[in-house]
Amino acid sequence: MTLRLEPRFAAKARSGLFWFVVVLILLFMTIPAVVVIATSFSPSELVTFPPAGLSLKWYVRAVTYPDFQNAFINGLIVTSFASTLALITGSAVACLIERYAFPGRTVLEAVLSSPLIVPHFTTGLGFLMLGVALGINQGYAIVIVTHVLLVLPFVTRSVYVSLRNLDPHLERAAANLGASPGRVLTRITVPLLLPGMAGGWLVAAVLSLTEFTASLYVTDAGTQTLPVAMYTYIREYSDPTIAAISAILILATTLVMFIADQIFGLGRILSIDAH
Amino acid sequence: MRTDNEAAPHPPPAADPAANAVELVGVSKNFGAVTAVHAVTLAIRRGEVLTLLGPSGCGKTTLLNIVAGFEEPTRGRILIDGRDVTLTPPHLRDTGMVFQNYALFPHMNVFENVAFGLGMRRMPKARIATEVGRALEMVKLEGLGERRVRQLSGGQQQRVALARAIVIQPKVLLLDEPLSALDKNLRGQMQIELKELHDRTGLTTVFVTHDQGEALSLSDRIVVLNRGEIQQIAAPIELYRHPANGFVASFIGDINHLPPAECQRCGSDILFRLAPTIELAMPARADLALRDGRKAHIFVRPEHLRIADGAGEGRNRVLCQVVTHVYQGTHTLTRVEAVGLGLLQLRIPGGEIIERAPPGSRIVVTIDLDEATVLAEA
Repeated sequence: MTLRLEPRFAAKARSGLFWFVVVLILLFMTIPAVVVIATSFSPSELVTFPPAGLSLKWYVRAVTYPDFQNAFINGLIVTSFASTLALITGSAVACLIERYAFPGRTVLEAVLSSPLIVPHFTTGLGFLMLGVALGINQGYAIVIVTHVLLVLPFVTRSVYVSLRNLDPHLERAAANLGASPGRVLTRITVPLLLPGMAGGWLVAAVLSLTEFTASLYVTDAGTQTLPVAMYTYIREYSDPTIAAISAILILATTLVMFIADQIFGLGRILSIDAH
Repeated sequence: MRTDNEAAPHPPPAADPAANAVELVGVSKNFGAVTAVHAVTLAIRRGEVLTLLGPSGCGKTTLLNIVAGFEEPTRGRILIDGRDVTLTPPHLRDTGMVFQNYALFPHMNVFENVAFGLGMRRMPKARIATEVGRALEMVKLEGLGERRVRQLSGGQQQRVALARAIVIQPKVLLLDEPLSALDKNLRGQMQIELKELHDRTGLTTVFVTHDQGEALSLSDRIVVLNRGEIQQIAAPIELYRHPANGFVASFIGDINHLPPAECQRCGSDILFRLAPTIELAMPARADLALRDGRKAHIFVRPEHLRIADGAGEGRNRVLCQVVTHVYQGTHTLTRVEAVGLGLLQLRIPGGEIIERAPPGSRIVVTIDLDEATVLAEA
């Protein structure tokens, strides 16, 4: 690596290499989605790439297929409950970790990140066995509980970062001006944490809506979510409907994230020093 | 709780004997093993501007936080308007604080920021609008009520913070280094405005700063703190002319600390032997208990060192070598070195000294001890 280059040329070469790597990574990251989206417009009965023509018929089938419709509704139910419950729990936990020193704080932090370590199928299997033992393996409750656990770390982190960015002098200023602790919370703390909380909720919703592995265990025919329904579909049929529904999911998720970024600034949620 | 004195914005000098707005009685604060404040007893008179002055870590901000109720003292009591508030939470204390970083609510506009305290006091909307308008006028921000606080300059944010604190007519206004975030020109201007604002509101004010210039120009009285303990409480002039100890002498203004001297009475004079060849004389003063042979510390302001004119004989003359000149416009700070005394600083009006005595040249300096601070060694 001791190549002696003329400095300006070296800088140019370095910046060229930089952009090459960036483009390579971008291609690598987007190529699966590109293949799926391209296939979804294929007129043929089989999933083929590259597509032989252009057609929207699989989109029509995707949105009119009853199993997908039901699964979509199920997903919305599970997601809205799971994200909201996770938001409430996560906010409380974030406050606890940020504001108080207590024995077991580091343990709590470690446990909170465990869903990132424990495989989703283990979580799903565990809840399924527990559900069977308690006789609640049917219905939404078990699905919702599983999803809460899976998205909790993301929500907690999002609220935690917002808390870290919150100037403690603001709460003191409010108290100094006559606001009781309750009113400090409702007039200052919560409004200022709202972007972080909303952003955390959205990230949780997207994760929950697209979660497959754990959901496969804990859902049944009546509660199956969209990814599970898609999996079931692909085991029976091999037409591009699956590509079409995937494309719709990708588009919807991108849209939600884009709007979230515009309103709340995802960068602020995902990094500490953005203030 | 809150006495309704809105009708008379300047409460008449207390009819009750408690002329003190705030009293601290034996207040100490420990953080773990560290003592931030030690046994502070202090009475803040109604309507005065009292400054807590000291280097960083001297406990001045901790004291302010104790008055506001953000910190609970480890020992001691706090009284506001004669009422013990030691255990009263901050929101029931009726103090108005201006934070170092202003702490304006970023999700509210200027009007909402200033109105916040009045809203908490459940004042009717129409009254709030009038009061906020008056407060904004006082800090020269009339018409900017709809602005977001992020759109304001540093000086404007400072004014909003002030308006927010004074609009609630607090029993005491607490200013925590409010000028430190401003650039130098603005700081001077805000000093003047703070003074005018105090003249108009008459609010009892506690001002925290590490800047002795700010303290001297803004305060009725100054409390000098070091390592959590009060060093001296005095009016600015008194503090400058008669510092109580070496710390105060060195902290307030520039001062020359001469090497320890041995005293000897000689008629109506006291002689100080500083070096084998240097002896300074001073008329004996009643307040000085200096016995022969006792060690003394002498502090002399740069403006009390003068360049001796002519070659005539005189008292307290010391031969020095010029080291540097620092031109400051109205005056020049000249550093000289004298054998046995070390470096001395002189404050000479104008700038012609720079031409007259270039660095390296020798001059004779008269050390005038009439205004000097002499402290007997403990």
